[in-house]
Order: sequence, then C-alpha cells, then structure tokens
Amino acid sequence: MMAFLKLLFRNRLAAMGAVVLSIIVLLVLLTPFLPLHDPDVTATADRFKRPFTDGHLLGTDHLGRDLLSRLLWGTRLSLAVGFAAAVIAAFIGSAIGITAGYFGGRIDNIFMRGVDMLMAFPYILLALAIVAALGPGLMNALIAVAAVNIPFFARNIRGITVGLAGREFIDAARLAGMGHTRIIVTELLPNVLPVIIIAMSTTVGWMILETAGLSFLGLGSQPPQADLGSMLGEARSALISHPHTSIVPGIMIFLIVMSINLLGDGVRDALDPRLRSGALSRPLPTTLVSRKQPVPDATDDLLAIQQLETQFHVGKRIYKAVGGVSLAVRPGECLGIIGESGSGKSVTALSVMGLVASPPGVITGGAVRFQGEDLVGASYETLRRKRGDRVAYIFQDPLSTLHPLYKIGDQLAEAIRSHHKLSRADARSRAIQLLKDVRIPNAESRVDDFPHEMSGGMRQRVGIAMALANDPDVIIADEPTTALDVTVQAQILSLLDDLRRDRGLAIIFITHDFGVVAQLCDRMAVMYAGRIVEEGPTDSVLRHPLHPYSKRLIECVPELGQGRRKLAAIPGLPPVVDDLPPGCAFAPRCPKAQSTCREGDVGLDRAGRRAVRCLYPEETLEVAAS
Amino acid sequence: MGGYILRRLVSAIPVLLGITVIVFLIMSLIPGDPATAILGSYATPENVEKLNRDLGLDKPVVQRYFIWLGNMLQGDFGRSFSLNRPVIDEVLERFNATLILAGTSLVLCSILGVLAGVVSAARQYGLADKVITFIVLIGISVPSFFLGMMMILLFSVNLKWFPVSGMYAIYGGGDLTDLIRHLIMPALALSAVATGVIARLSRSAMLEVLRQDYIRTARAKGVGERKVIMGHALRAAMVSIIPVLGIQAGFVLSGAVYIEIVFQWPGVGRMLVDAILTRDLLLVQGGVVFVAACYVFFNIAVDVAQSLLDPRIKT
Amino acid sequence: MTALKVQNLAKTFATKKTLFRRSQGGVRAVCPVSFSVESGETLGVVGESGCGKSTLARMLVGLLEPSEGTIEINGKALDNADPAEFGKLIQYVFQDPNSSLNPRKNIRQIMESPLKRLHKMPRAERDARIREIFDSVNLREEFLERYPHEFSGGQAQRIGIARALAADPQIIILDEPVSALDVSVQAQVLNLLARLKAEFGLTYLFITHDLAVVEAVSDRIMVLYFGSVVEVGKAEKIFASPRHPYTKLLADSAPVVGRPLTAPEQKGTELPDPLNPPPGCAFAGRCPRATEHCRTIEPVLQSMGEDQFAACHHPIEAREG
Repeated sequence: MMAFLKLLFRNRLAAMGAVVLSIIVLLVLLTPFLPLHDPDVTATADRFKRPFTDGHLLGTDHLGRDLLSRLLWGTRLSLAVGFAAAVIAAFIGSAIGITAGYFGGRIDNIFMRGVDMLMAFPYILLALAIVAALGPGLMNALIAVAAVNIPFFARNIRGITVGLAGREFIDAARLAGMGHTRIIVTELLPNVLPVIIIAMSTTVGWMILETAGLSFLGLGSQPPQADLGSMLGEARSALISHPHTSIVPGIMIFLIVMSINLLGDGVRDALDPRLRSGALSRPLPTTLVSRKQPVPDATDDLLAIQQLETQFHVGKRIYKAVGGVSLAVRPGECLGIIGESGSGKSVTALSVMGLVASPPGVITGGAVRFQGEDLVGASYETLRRKRGDRVAYIFQDPLSTLHPLYKIGDQLAEAIRSHHKLSRADARSRAIQLLKDVRIPNAESRVDDFPHEMSGGMRQRVGIAMALANDPDVIIADEPTTALDVTVQAQILSLLDDLRRDRGLAIIFITHDFGVVAQLCDRMAVMYAGRIVEEGPTDSVLRHPLHPYSKRLIECVPELGQGRRKLAAIPGLPPVVDDLPPGCAFAPRCPKAQSTCREGDVGLDRAGRRAVRCLYPEETLEVAAS
Repeated sequence: MGGYILRRLVSAIPVLLGITVIVFLIMSLIPGDPATAILGSYATPENVEKLNRDLGLDKPVVQRYFIWLGNMLQGDFGRSFSLNRPVIDEVLERFNATLILAGTSLVLCSILGVLAGVVSAARQYGLADKVITFIVLIGISVPSFFLGMMMILLFSVNLKWFPVSGMYAIYGGGDLTDLIRHLIMPALALSAVATGVIARLSRSAMLEVLRQDYIRTARAKGVGERKVIMGHALRAAMVSIIPVLGIQAGFVLSGAVYIEIVFQWPGVGRMLVDAILTRDLLLVQGGVVFVAACYVFFNIAVDVAQSLLDPRIKT
Repeated sequence: MTALKVQNLAKTFATKKTLFRRSQGGVRAVCPVSFSVESGETLGVVGESGCGKSTLARMLVGLLEPSEGTIEINGKALDNADPAEFGKLIQYVFQDPNSSLNPRKNIRQIMESPLKRLHKMPRAERDARIREIFDSVNLREEFLERYPHEFSGGQAQRIGIARALAADPQIIILDEPVSALDVSVQAQVLNLLARLKAEFGLTYLFITHDLAVVEAVSDRIMVLYFGSVVEVGKAEKIFASPRHPYTKLLADSAPVVGRPLTAPEQKGTELPDPLNPPPGCAFAGRCPRATEHCRTIEPVLQSMGEDQFAACHHPIEAREG
C-alpha cells in the first residue's frame, strides 16, 4: 500500500490531481460548518451581483441566491451522486463480469447478450428513457447513470476474468479442492480488484459529468435544490448578459473532472504492472549509443563484434546484458552462440544492427564492424541501408515476428523494395521465387496467404525467405527453431545449412541447444552472464570443453540414445546481470573456484582457434588447441 | 465478404428486437397511467378511459408490445400529442439535423484524434507529446455543454465570428456556407471529448504496437521509419482503434443532446428532452428506438470495416 | 499393481454453433486411447504440438470431462469430473511455473489450500507437513512468506511440485515440467523428481516434447500423433528400434551431437485438419511407407514383440540385437 502511494505520488500530475481533489473534497465536507448564506433563499433585489461584491464572494444568480454557497452545496451533491453511481455500476457490473467470465458457456452467453443489448444504445438514449419513465429527479438520474455504465464494467471485467480463468493457477486451485465460490473470492477477485479500481478511477469523472449533464437538461436535480449541472442549466439563459453565473459552476465541474482524471491515470499507471517497469516506452528506430571508451580499430573480418557492451538502464538499475563481447565471422562460416536465458546472447545479436529496444537499451562501448565500417556510431540512414540488405535477421517466433495484417508476399516484396528500385510485379515474382527457394509448396498461391493461415514451420520458412530477400552477406538467426516442433526443426536446420553452402552466407546462430550447434555450426562461443567464457571449433569445444561451465552445461543435457539415467546438474542459479560478482561470474556455482577467481577480472585467454575465460580450465588451453 | 455482411445483418435482428423490448419495458415502468398524463389531472374519468382504449392501453402487456412492434414495422410510430403530428415524421426530420452535426463531429474527432495519438506516440516524451497530452486532458475533462457555452461567449459574443445558435439552413433555406457557419462551433464542441478519448487510445495502441516483434522485423528489413510508423504500426493499431470509433459514435450521438440544447440545433436530442419534459412518451419511445436502430447499423458498418482490415476475423 | 488404468478415453470439442451452421461432430482432440500405468512406474508421453497430450492430461485429473471412456485409479473408477475428488489421488504439475502460482498469494497460502481443502488438516499439523515437504524439495522455509514473482523459474517449479506433493497423491501428472527452464536448472528439477518418486513411492505420467528428456526419465514411453497412440514401448528400445514410422521420424529429427544434419524423409509437415480428419491412418500423408490400405483403414495398436506396440499396417522391421 505504501509502495503504491509512493509510486502514485512520484507521478507529479497525479499528485497535482490528488491535491486539487482533496481541497475540493475538504471544502465540501466542511460546507455545513462554514458561515455561508442559505443556498436556496432568494433575494430578487440582489440578483446578478458580480463576483467579489460585499457578502457574496462569487456574486449571486438570477434569483439573488449566493453563488458561493450554491456552488459548495452543489459540488457536494454532484460528487456524492457521481461517486454513488460509480460504486453501484462497478459493483453490479463487476459481479456480472466475473460470473460470466469464470463460468463461461451458457451463463456467459446469456449475460453478455444482455450487455450487448444495453450497449447497442448510445448511452444517453438509455439514460433518457429511464429518466422519462421514472420522471425527472436527482435520484432517478443517479439510477440512469449507474445503469448505463454497468455494461462497461461487465464487459471490461469479463475480459480480464476470462484471461485469468484460463490461467493454470485456477486449475491448480480446483485440484487443491476449492469450490467455485472460494475460487472466485480468493483466487480471482484479488487479481481482478486492481482492474476494477482502475476502471472506477478512470470513469468516475465521466459519471460526474453525465449526472451533471442530466441535471443541465433539467432532468436531474429539481429546483430549488442545486447541483453543478442544474446551476449551469439555469444560468444558460443569462449566459450573454451575466456570464459569471455560468462560468463559476462550469469551472468547478472542469476542476473536479480533471483532477479525478489525473488521479485516475496515476492510479492506473501505479497499479498496472506493465507500466511499472517503464515497459510502455516506444523503442527508437535504433539503439541509443553512449560510448565512453575509445572505439577499437578496424579488422578485415566480414562482420566483427568488438568489445561490445550493451546495457539496460531501468530506473536507477543498470543491467549489464552484454559486457565486452568480441566475435567475428568470415564468409560462408556458421558461428554458434550458445547460452542460457539471460546470458546476453540475443542482446549481442540485436546490438549488431542497433535493434535492441531503446529505451531501456544502450550500447555503452565497443564497436560492430561490417567490412571494417563501424555500425554502432553510424547514422540511422547508414544503418537502415545495411539492415536486411547486407545483414539480415531471422527471429524466434514466426507468428509474432511477421506482421499479422499483411500478406506474406507483400512483406517479402517490401523487404526487397526497401533497398532496390523494383516494380511491384517484379517484386512479387521475386517473392514467389524466394518462397520456392525455401521449399514452400505451391508458392504461387501461398504468396497471398496471411501469416495466420500458415503452419509454424511454413511461417519460419517465410522468415528465412525474408532474410534471403536481398542476398545478404550475413544472417543472424536468433533461436529460429526454438518455437518449432522437432520434426519441423530438422527441416528448417537442413534448409539453412543448404542455403549457406549454396550462397556462401555467413550465419550467426543463437541457440541454447547443443545438438543444434553441433549439427550446424563450424565454430561456437559459449556465453555466461553477458560474456564469452569459451570459444573454438564446435567439435573441439564439445569434445574438450575448457571452461567448467561449458563442461557442466554439456553434461546437463540429456542426449537421445543413452537411456534412463541420472543427469548432472549445476547447483545454484545464473547471476542477475545488475549485480554481478567481482571476478568470474560462474565462481559461486563452480566446484573448482578458488579465492583468486572471486577477485579481479578474468581475461579471455587465446591459443590457436580456442579461447577460454578461466584461471583453472579443465584442460590446458594449448593442449586443447592443438 | 457479402456473406459476412449478410450474416451480420441477420444477427442484428435479435439485437433490434432486444432494443424494442428494453424500451418497451422501461416505458411500462411509468407509474400512473399515460392517459392522465396526457389529459392532465383535471380530466374526467370517462375521457381517460376513452383515451386508454384508443391507445390500446387496456390490453395485456405482451399483446400491447406486439401491437406496438407490428405498427412500427409498418412505419407507424404513433402520433405525438404535443406536436400533433406522426412521430416518425418528426423523428426523421430531426434526425437529419442530428446526423449532420454528429456525422461532422465523428469525422472530425476520428481524424484529429488518430492523428494526435500517432504524433504523440511517435514523439513519446517529446514536446509535441506533452502539448497534445495536455490539450487532450483538458478536452476530456471539460463538459461539452460548458465548452459550447464558452465558445458562444468567445466566438459569437466577443469576436462575432459565428452566429450564436440555430441551424437556419434547413428551415430558412440558407445555403451550404450558411450551414457550415452554423455548424463549425457545435461540431467542434461536440467532438472535443471524443477527440481526446480517441487520441489517448490511439497513443497507447501505437505504443503497444511499436513494441511488438513484427515492428522489430520491419526495422530489421530496413524499412524506413516513416513507413514503420504510418504503415506497419498504424495499421496494426487501427485494429484496436476502429472498435473505439464505433463506441465513440455512441458518445458523440449522446453528446449531441447537450450541444443541440446549447446551440438551439433542431435535432433529435432536443426533441427528446422536450418530449420528456412534456411527457410525450410516444415521441420518446419512437425517437429512442429509431436512433438506437440506426446506431446498431452503424456498428455493423464498423465491424465490416474491421473485417476488411483484419484478415484474422473470419468472414 | 496398476495405479492408473484408462480405457477408451476420448475428447471431442464441440465446434461453435453459428446461426447458419448447426454444430456437426466437432474437433476430435483425443481419439479413444487405452493404457495403464503400473504403480511406481514412469510413463513418458511424447508428441508434437496438437497431438492431444495436454487434453489427455487434463482429463486424467478431472479438469476436463471426457467425451467417452473410463479412468480407474487403484482399481477404483472415477467417473465424475470433479477435481476435488481426483485431487487426493492424482495431482498435476504445470508447464509454466509462474502462471500456475497465484501472483496475489504468498507461498504459504498456496501450499496450505490442498491440505486444508482436501485433507481438512488442522493448523499445527499443516505447518509441520509444509515444513516436511519443503525440506524434501530443497526449498528454504523463509520462502513461505514470499510471493511468486520473487522466484526464478526453477524455484517456482519446485514450489509447484511441492504443492502437488502436499495433496499426498499417488500419481503425479507432469505436463512439460522442465520445458520452460534453462538446461542447467532443468537437470536439477529432473533429478529432484526422480528422488521424490523413490522417496514417496509415486507414479509419474511425464508429458513432454523433448525426446532426450523423456528417454532419460521414463520406464515406458507412449508416442501420440494426432490424438492417437501410435506406439508404446520400453524407453530404452522405442527410439533405438522404432516400429512406427512416426516414432522413427521423431527419433531421426532430434538433433544429436555427432550426427550429421539431415532432414529425415517425409512428404510434408502439416497435420491433418482436425475438423475434417482423413480416413485411415492420420500419419499416412507424411509417411514414406503409406499405401492405399493405410489411407482407408485405421490401424490399431498391435504387439510388435516384447512390450512394444505400434499402430501401423507396415511397421518397420525390428532391428537385430
């Protein structure tokens, strides 16, 4: 709760809203005790006094009643009615929504059909009909406003509930012997409650406006009783001659609604966990760069990653996702980068073309050189020209990485036309050819398919075709087969292998699967906590791992054909990259670690084609390299 | 596509029936009997009874509903006692004026709102974003009727740019320019809230979409940033914006009631308020059913637009 | 003794009725399957996405009502789909450890509910029991006051296992329990599961798509394809000497260190349309050995030598030795 308030008031606008609203609420609560005129006593002699006249701070209205007094009493009434309507609507609507969402099936159907009926009315028609039937009056206006807002809550809460009811913890609760009522109250409600509060805080202002509106039309509070809407309604006839009688209640409504909206937005932001981490920032076209160290010199590799450092700056925390990685590929070579989640392998890959989401990502050091040219410091346009043309990507989940609303043929054609002047027809026939190249059957008809009409394997073929579109020199494949079934994976891997041999492509292949690396890659690098711990030809590394981490990781992986057995495990957990231990990051989990491992930086030792970052490697580096 | 439209039209039938049932039920909640309301409290019992018979009010509720529904299907919405003319004639004439006002506002708020939202998202945390966010905040917090009144004070009374009120083009035989002069202020006042709501939603929809993997894919292909925003991102964001345009149409139609009162616009909203205050219930009933039915068809159009945009919707 | 016996268990999901189309048939997720698991045994269930393995698992614990067939646990039939009835005998460990823990409850509350609801245990006894279980899954007691988001995937999965143990079941369904975990953590959890099984005399049904994992932990393995069992056999033999062409395809597709990269022979990768399943063998469309006979007559499980059964008209010849 304290954390919530802290978060809320860190948002300056929300704090401002809270202050304004508290002042208004305080004034309104004190109204009965303030030395005010009776709000309903008329004095025709004193009509239309201007503001700041003696005894009438805000002047008087068309019947000579004190405006300040009427304003405060009116605000009191408007606030009370608005809040009451919001609470009633939220309560009934949420009850309907939770019931419909949790039970689903017929109950859901009946409830939601009813809600759809109500939502088929523009809301005021329903409110007008209700007021017409019950007769004008503040109470009836309250009922009308609450009633027309019930469908909004019901629908909103139902959507959330359906999502939650499908979550596995609800199944787990049922298996723990809980009944429906108990599940709704103890499992669902605590998770739905923040949404209800958000929905209420963002709509209560609106409901105050609606009740004021009905009163403005003369259908809400009846004279002499005043709420803000009816004050404005009565003042309208004197708008041109005596504008202050309209402006005073109008500004009050505005202040109330705005402060509630500000506060409501603050509440929403503070309660919505997605916003809490600042995740709703829009990623910039390229990753931000802020390099302090000098840029490493150029090499003659095709693509060289040099001392790359990429960090995520979230609030005050700095996650060192990539901490000084150097790698290079030559034409026709396949380099595998292997590591567990959080090892920095994907961030390394995305850093190459500045595709790390930024904010929060920042490249803080090193260089990425394509044919000697530094891409990290390059302008957006330089980078854009290289993206997809010289260096192309294949991503993990082909369903989320293809645009759902464009035909795959158009997405392929766009990849080509972003770099080459080509007519639409030519681009299309090139797209069909690409689909054939990745062995998609019936390419001529599938070119007009949307991604959702294809199977996972076919979609990933499209992803590969897109990467091939401009005959790039390097393809960076970020776990391209992780989301696929094993039989499909085998086909995709052999397709990639054929393509690189036919076209002399350099591939950087990121994966967590040793089997895949072994089958596809010439060379491999093992990453742990943002750094390369071992590098070398694949066979050599797999047969003679030097780093204790690689050795143990290889032992963890069960391999087909070895039967039932106990598996080796690595104790402990990988470190979090915002709090890396000094020295070797693997030391806390390493059985061979000495005190020297926990001090000072451990460098990457190189001999021949092998390299290892360890003070006490499993075998001597020179022996393994030979 | 034709099949989809047809299916949606057929599925509107139960909704339309539901609307008539709801309106009929609400209207039969009325305490006392309508004949007394019409004739006033000094009416003789004989007159009341006669009127009740004439109106068919002595029959059971269910029967009365079907008679009412049957008449409506034949275009007979009853007769307004306060205006002494057929309800449908009055409603059609008034609805025409409302349509001009609400339609203009809807177009205005859709274009302005989406545009503001896109700019705001593309320049997140920049100056444009802050200015737009601030204006939007004011837009959604100010009651449209108050905004209308302030516009009259400023633009009509002080600056004398626009006429205070009324819509003379239809009745007074004014030309198009005259209509536009009368239309500008009410349309702007009416679209203020909806513009704000749409702008906010478009902004968050854009921000949500811009974080998606397929935007990264587009950038990885080397697609230019302008095309990424205005093509890939906006198109995907429209999937969540379009349904809100449908909902906002309902809010614009609702707000029209206030604006018509403030600007003396001869629309259906003002007619309804007057009818309620004079307890001309047949007019209320007819007006509500007619406008709600139009709104149902508008929402079908929105659904069709959505299905054209999003191939994942089964057509 | 037979711990779990399933006969002709099937699930068909009704397709949604529309105004114009009456519901016809529906989607068949699981065709009638029969199998049994001996007490103390681990039966591995493998199959690719869409093969019906999760549907099968949810029916076994009563979360989903079967369309037909019976489930017997320890010789006692459980015919009403009531998770509270099933829960005492059979428990479930979910794939996604984070989604299976209620984010708004602390671990103690999560652990307590099966003890409270299923066993009506008084408070003091509950605390002792939770301590005991936490001890056996290597979790520290101070975790009890924390909330799910504070745990890593491996820890959360161990909490999920602890919760399943709290119900004191005889059988645990493990639905892809390590798929969401990193390799180094995966091995920890698999070894823990093996130890718990010995310690508590449990019977496991281990569902996964990972052939190497299932081979490492199972006694017997059942291969599912398109809702049907295509082959059952001993773990050490089934992939080494598969009799069904689909099992062979799976085994050949798994990436293995030291085996050159080749895409195993097959005609396509698409599954049949579940709304409109083909007659005969569902795998015929992808099968290099398929004949006209396969496309018309559905094969049934037949014995293929000791402890191995396959549903195939043209099984692969047994490998010598």
